[in-house]
Formats: sequence, structure tokens, C-alpha cells
Amino acid sequence: MQTQNQQPVIYSVNGPVVKIRNTNVFSMMEMVYVGQRRLIGEVIGLTDLETTIQVYESTSGLQTGEPVEPTGAPMSVTLGPGILTNIFDGIERPLRALEQASGAFIGDGLAVPVLNEEKEYDVDIKVTKGTVLQPGEAYASCQETSAILHLCMVPPNLSGKVTYAAPDGKYRIHDEIVRIVDAAGKEHSLTLCQKWPIRRARPAAKRLAPSRPMITGQRVLDTLFPIARGGTAAIPGGFGTGKTMTQHQIAKWCDADIIVYIGCGERGNEMTQVLEEFTALKDPRTGKSLMERTVLIANTSNMPVAAREASIYTGITLAEYYRDMGYHIAIMADSTSRWAEALREISGRLEEMPAEEGYPAYLPSRLSEFYERTGAYETLNGREGSVTVIGAVSPQGSDFSEPVTQNTRRFVRCFWGLDKALAYARHYPAINWTMSYSEYLDDLARYYESKVDPKFNEYRTEISALLKEEQSLMDIVRLIGSDVLPEDQKLVIEIARLIRVGFLQQNAYHAEDTYVPLDKQFRMMELILHVFHRTKELIAEHIPLEAIRESGIFETVIKVKYDIPNRQLERFDTLTQQIDGILDGLRRKKKEVL
Amino acid sequence: MSLQYFGLHSISGSLVILDHVEGAQFDEMARIVLDDGTERTGRVAMLEGDKAVLQVFEGTHGLSLTNTRTQFTGRPMEMPLSGDLLGRVFTGAGRPADGLGEVMAEKFADINGAPLNPVSRQYPRNFIQTGISSIDCLMTLIRGQKLPIFSGTGLSHNKLAVQIVQQAQIAKDSGSEFAVVFAAMGIQNDVADFFRRSFAESGVLQNVVMFLNLANDPIVERIITPRCALTAAEYLAYEKHMHILVVMTDMTAYAEALREFSSSKGEIPGRKGFPGYLYSDLASLYERAGIIEGIEGSVTQLPILTMPNDDITHPVPDLTGYITEGQIVLDRGLEQGGVYPPISVLPSLSRLMKDGIGEGYTRADHSACANQLFASYAQVQDARSLASVIGEEELSALDKQYLTFGRYFEKCFLTQRFDENRSMEETLDLGWMLLSLLPKSALDRVDDQMLNAHYDPEAAQALIEKTEA
Repeated sequence: MQTQNQQPVIYSVNGPVVKIRNTNVFSMMEMVYVGQRRLIGEVIGLTDLETTIQVYESTSGLQTGEPVEPTGAPMSVTLGPGILTNIFDGIERPLRALEQASGAFIGDGLAVPVLNEEKEYDVDIKVTKGTVLQPGEAYASCQETSAILHLCMVPPNLSGKVTYAAPDGKYRIHDEIVRIVDAAGKEHSLTLCQKWPIRRARPAAKRLAPSRPMITGQRVLDTLFPIARGGTAAIPGGFGTGKTMTQHQIAKWCDADIIVYIGCGERGNEMTQVLEEFTALKDPRTGKSLMERTVLIANTSNMPVAAREASIYTGITLAEYYRDMGYHIAIMADSTSRWAEALREISGRLEEMPAEEGYPAYLPSRLSEFYERTGAYETLNGREGSVTVIGAVSPQGSDFSEPVTQNTRRFVRCFWGLDKALAYARHYPAINWTMSYSEYLDDLARYYESKVDPKFNEYRTEISALLKEEQSLMDIVRLIGSDVLPEDQKLVIEIARLIRVGFLQQNAYHAEDTYVPLDKQFRMMELILHVFHRTKELIAEHIPLEAIRESGIFETVIKVKYDIPNRQLERFDTLTQQIDGILDGLRRKKKEVL
Repeated sequence: MSLQYFGLHSISGSLVILDHVEGAQFDEMARIVLDDGTERTGRVAMLEGDKAVLQVFEGTHGLSLTNTRTQFTGRPMEMPLSGDLLGRVFTGAGRPADGLGEVMAEKFADINGAPLNPVSRQYPRNFIQTGISSIDCLMTLIRGQKLPIFSGTGLSHNKLAVQIVQQAQIAKDSGSEFAVVFAAMGIQNDVADFFRRSFAESGVLQNVVMFLNLANDPIVERIITPRCALTAAEYLAYEKHMHILVVMTDMTAYAEALREFSSSKGEIPGRKGFPGYLYSDLASLYERAGIIEGIEGSVTQLPILTMPNDDITHPVPDLTGYITEGQIVLDRGLEQGGVYPPISVLPSLSRLMKDGIGEGYTRADHSACANQLFASYAQVQDARSLASVIGEEELSALDKQYLTFGRYFEKCFLTQRFDENRSMEETLDLGWMLLSLLPKSALDRVDDQMLNAHYDPEAAQALIEKTEA
């Protein structure tokens, strides 16, 4: 029988789950060191008899009777300059440092500092002795990367009067630069970094309503199913439908200030690819390498499963920290299904009663906790920042009725459903326009009207209506062929093809087409609808669709995405005139025949 | 450690429980010696207080609560490694099965491996020419990739795997050697024999390491077979700097062994009774494919799995597809129509191909040709389903052209002989010829310049005449 004075020791080991008996020194969610090798673990269950710990590293070689050491603090991340451009595992251990410590294969029990402790930053101190600091207020700043200015902020649970302020100069992350004394008279030393528990949301002053879209440069998203800054979206899709590809495209081109890319239980090669590509690519807005605004969390599928569960929280905590500095952050979580599976796996080891398909009954509450940490906020220091989450979902058997997809649907407001049939036909992005939706359309309508064009929303509605109409017509065509349809319905099918191939399909490997600004998206819609209205007139005048098709205008419209560069939108005017000329010619010819 | 434990506390399926154990390590190996002198191997699967649960690889038949002496080795399951592995045959548990004696080990390595740090990986870019048109053109295999074959019982996946091994020009541009590691899990004797014979006939046998866990071998052993094979592969690749192609068949049998074992441990099942950790477990195998930055050598995986009831949504193909970098799907309809290899093009995919093809790798027009073939063949399927409703006569002219295109695509492009090794040039030219059966306006995935350079209806006509003759 152990008492409080004795060192707690391991009683049982079962995969990543370790149990201790007869001890009461631990608290829930506390971080602990397990065994002689000091593996990192977290307390996930407490009873009077047993303490249950999940271990974030491989437990091979652990023995019963090895010591477990409490740390007295919950599982936390270190927040400070040096996070950006870095790549971490699920519990914020820097992978580059791990590589230096143990080579190409990741070892166990490696203690490496989270952030570079030697690097000196040029720090501007913003306070002097006597300044009163409120929670969240910035007391210093430094240039973290050439693109991002890092603010050092008072931790949200602290305030007080400055008793010491260092002069401006070069400091390392653990150097004391400010000292404050709180209301109780206790002194606190402030450095360039701070800690924050990963499972607790960082507080903000006020939640703001979504009003601005996060522009991705992807036509099907920006035009048909836009996401707001601070919004949530899910990308469900079977394997090979392009979830990862879509996330890469958004991470590359969206207008967020900072990208947190969480590779949660996915492929190692994909993370390598992100690392390579983002380092080489230039941010179109700043001209700097994309890595300068990116942090990667890579807990690939073969890395320990408990750390995979933590990776999502690590990622969103980093994002909230930068949000507090007044930045707009986009999180790519690929894939939340793997995270849910990690929950299931650990739940199974704990012998908890499963709900659907073996998933624990608390799956929905965990999902909602995660998604509710997003949003646009006024921060404690009065700035405006937002955290947007785009979560990939990998439904088992491509079945969207499985628990993770269904529960995710309840907590996100954008649903970008990927479709196997479209992917098989190599229609990318394979976002199915009939099953996808965005609940932000109304919130963002004003932005599109004032910043792009007053007609934007009207055109979008018309485009959606045409796609919808095509779908019902195709039901008939599939039964009896297209020849029996009247000409005007054939035209709808033809125009819908223009929309599908010329507008919705977007080539990520084409220099011009990979990113398309909103005004070009608008001009493309305008052109397609113009062609639709003009040809509809001609059809009404009994000019056969075949004749219009032969004129080649449809193919011209389809190729507009490649032919008119993003910077030469005035060429839409000349093109419209040319098309009008061709159509007028058809009409004249018809009259001559009569 | 020399401590020996006499007898067992209990036996359940392939698990035995020992009590009053001290100092056992999780995941370590134990030797169980029977009274008659024979030996079994066990692995610590769980520790609780002074009890240790061991999984016994050779099965528990013949064990009693009193006739054993158990000794813990203090080490995880390890495999002796050396350059002499090549040409050898092992059991599924990594013991010599060819009567040539033990391997003179240069080193021992934990068969579970360790996760490869994503920052140490090199992104795979060099393609492997397999000489099979559909794979080379439409789902190009890349060195360091894991590309499974999704098949069904009775389809020609084994034949295809052998053809790939025989024709793969994996080490064309580098001085490194090429070798095959073959892991058989729960396959029949005849199938194992077919592979051995084919390797011998093509003269690669001295460059093959075989691990055989056949259908009548113990299932617990089946769980470690791929791990032994991959440990050997990693050693040959990263320490002997060879390019290794790992053929693992049949992953479904492996997953079923895992399920059987999991249920004997009393674990809570997930989908279709498979354990909830099936994804993580499969990933711990598949993720061992790759290339390490700065080290010559690579591990490429070609796992084969039979989809139960040809169902691609079954957990094994489904989870595999989520981990691997694409898949080659075989189709029963094509096989019955006499098409070999019966590769169903539309659901097949190679994720890494986009970065390993085109100028500097294969040919500048590769991606355009592949995209257009995919798109046009998707149209063929639509035209066929329409034709089955309203009859071929009633189809529009364009749809009829699609039917023709589809017919010759399957006949000339998909179909090839077992010993036919087509070069990339031939394959791509053939692709363009077939596309030229369609009107120019239907080829909307290709830009005009590319189209003008390769569109040639006369060549297409000549191809038809040649095929018909």
C-alpha cells in the first residue's frame, strides 16, 4: 500500500495506457513522466483505487514498479517566438531537434527544448517601470519571421504593475525582460514565452459576428460555398477524392496571416511535401516564403496514438495565441477522423462502454469543444483576430452516415462534400455542389456586394439554380437519352457543362488557374451567364443549338480560365464583344435563309 | 536475465498468463521451453501487477499449466540482419526455413521499427517503369511509394505482381542494386510456390528474401510476418543502400489474424469486428515505405489485398486506401471479359505520380494524356449505362464514338501479354492514338498546343485496322 510520501509506481501496462494503484498525488489532465526513460504522459482517469495515464510515446520496455513522476501542471504548450516555420509532433516536440537527437527514426524519452533557447531576438520593450498591465496586454514585441511581428503578452490570468523593465535589445526566450507585481503583492517574471494548457481555450474579450470571407482563390469555395474568417468547415471524402489536395490549396492561397497545418494521423510523405513545397513557394501577398507564416504539427499515422489525440489541441492552442496578437489564423486539420479514432483506441484500452461503431459516447462533446474554439474575436488587448478551422473527415467506407461525419456536421457551418464519382472523372476539386453548403452566405452577402460587385450574389444564385436544373434534367437523360429534350433544356445542360468544366473545375497545377481572385471569379460568372442569356434568345428564335455549338463559343468560354490571365480582366470585355459578334452572325444567317 | 518461471497461471487461445513475475518489460520477448525440449516464443502483451500476459507465436497447443519453463529475454522481438539475407527463405516469424542455417547477424533490429521522422524523409519523385501501360501512364509507381493492389479472390493479382517485379526498372539510373522482399501472409502453398517459381524463372531469386506464413501456419505468427519483412527491407535499403520492392500478400489475411487475436484478448471491436486500432496498426506497416534524405536506397511497397466480396468499402481496403498513396483496383468484369491485367482505371490512382511525371521524368505530355484518358473513359461509362437502357442505336453520334473509344482502349491499352514490356514512349503514343478516335472538341482537358501536336485520327484508324486484322 502506497502513501502520499512514496513515489508512485507503475502497476499495469497495456499499450499506451499505464495504471497506478493506491495513490492520490495526481490530478486530472496533469502531465507526468512515466518510467526511468521519463516518457511523457497525461492523467486521464482517477478513482480511489487507480490512476490511469495515457503515454505519448512508445511504452515498449516499460516494467511494473517503475516510477511515475507528477509535474503538478496540466499538459501545456510553450508559446513564444520560434513557433513559426517550425515542425512539431503532437505534443509540441520540435521534429528537427528530434532528428538531431536520435537520427531519422524517432526515439523515446528524448528531452529537447520546444523552442530555440539560444536564438536572440531584437526586442522592443513597450512598458516602463510603473506601467499597469492588464491581462493579455502586450509588453514587448519582436520580429519572429520577416512576415510576422510577435507580441509578448501578459498571460490571460495575470495583471499588475511593472517593477522592472529591461531596455530594448537582444534577448533569448527565457531571459527576464519585465517583472510585475500583482494585486496580492506577488512578483512575476515575464520572458519572451509563456505556457498554456492545451485543453483550455485562451480567453478573449468579445466574440464577433462573422462578416468577412476567408478568400481562398478556389472558385467553387469562394463563389458557391464561402467560409467566413473565424468560421468552421468540414471536408469529408473517401480516399482519393482530394481532401489533402484541397487543404494544401487553401493553405497555400488563402488570405489568412498564419497557417497552422495539423497532420493528424496521416501520411509521412505528405508532411514532407508540405515542408518542401511551402518552403519553396512565395506568399503572393508578402513575397516571402510561405513557411514564414506556417507552423506544422505532424503526428503521422505511425507515431504514438495518444500524441495524435493531443495534436489537435496543440494546434488550436498555438492558433489562439497568435489570434491574441491580432492575426487571422487558418487551421488545416487533416484528418479529424484519425483524431476520433485515437479517442476510440484509447477509450477501448480503458474498457469504456462504446457508443456507435466503438466510438466513445463523448465523441460529439469532444468535437464540439474543438470546433467551438474557433471564431472571430476582439482580444483582451483590443485587437481583432480570428481562428478558422477546416477539418478533413475521412468517412469509413465513404459512408457519410458514419458517426464522425454526422457529428462533425452538427458543429460546422460549411460542408464541402467530396464526391468519388467526380474524383473518378478527375473533376477537381471534387466538391459536390448538390450536397455541399455554406451557412455563411447571408453573413457574407454584404461583403461580396460592396467589395466585389453588387450583382455577385444574384449571379451566384443563378449559377446554383442552373446546376440544380441540370441535375433534374440529367435524371431524365439517364433514362431516355438527351435527344428527346427540347432545345432550351438542352441549352441548360450545355451551360451547366460550361459551369462545371469552365468554372467549378480548377487546375491546381496551372500557374494561372491555381489561384483566382474574386473579381475574376465574378467576371467568369458574368461571362457564362451572358452567354446563357444570349443563346437562350437565339434558341427562342429557332436557331438550333447545334449551330451555336459549332461556332465554338462554348469551348472559348471553357478555356477562359487559362486564356485570360488574372491581371488582364479587361480582356473579358473584348471577348464578350467577340462572342456577341459570332452570335449576331448566326442570327443574320438564319434571317438570310428565311 | 536467467530467472525461470515454472508453469503458467492460465491459458486462453494464443495467450498465456504468468503470475508472480518480477521485472518483465512490456513488449519484450520470452522463451517458453516445454518439458519435451521444444521451444516457443512469446511476447509480453500486457502487464498487470505481478501478472504478465504473453502471446505465443507458435500457438498454445500442447501447453499445460505445469509443463513449461519461461524465461524473459529482456529484449523486444528482434531479427538478425546481414547482407546474406538475399536469396534466403524464412518462416513468418523470421526463422530460417530453407535448411541453410542461422543468419550470421551483422546486427539485430527491433522488428517493430521506429517511426520515421517526417523531416528526415525525402519526398519520392523517381518513377518506376513497370512496362504495364495502364500503370505507367495512369497510376505511375514512384520509388518509395506504397501502392496496393486491391483485388478479389480468383483475380490475377499474383500474376500482375510477378509481372511488375520482373519488369520494374527500379534502379535504372542509379548504381544501386534492386531486390525484392516477399512477405506471404495466410496464402496457400500453391500461391507461394507460384511466386517462388516465377522469381526463379526470371532469374531474380538470388535477389529475393522470402517470409512465408502460409494459410495453415499460426495466426499469431502472421501478425509479425510483415514486420520481419519490413525490418529486413529497411536494413537492406538504408544500410546496404539497395532499392527494395516489398510485396506483401495478402493484407486481408493479416487483418483477419489481427481480428482473431484481438477478440481472443477480449478487446472492444470496431467495424465488422476488427479492432479499433486497425488503422494505426496497418499504418505502422505501410508507413515504413519511403526514402531517407541523404541516404541512398528506398523501400517501395506493393501490398496485395483481396477485397471480401469485392467490396471496396470493407474496412481492410478502406483503411488501406486512407494510408497508402493510391491504389490499383482490379475488376472482375474486365477479367471475365478477357482483359489482362484487369485494372479498373477509374477508381485507381497514384497520389505521388503528379510530382514524378512530365518533363525531366517521363515526357512533357504525360499528365495531359493521362488526365484526358481518365476523363474520356469516365464518359465511356456514362455512354455504356445509357446504351444499356435505350440501346446503342439510339445514342448520339458522340456517345457512339465514346463506345468505340472505350472498346479499343480496353483492347489495345489495358490489355497486354504477361511478357509484354511496353516502354513509356509506346504507352503514351498509344494513349494519344486512342484519344484521336474522339472528336477534337471532346478533348477538353488538353490545351490546344498539346492537342495539335498529338492529335492524329489517321494513326487511330490505322490502329483499329491493325487490331481488327
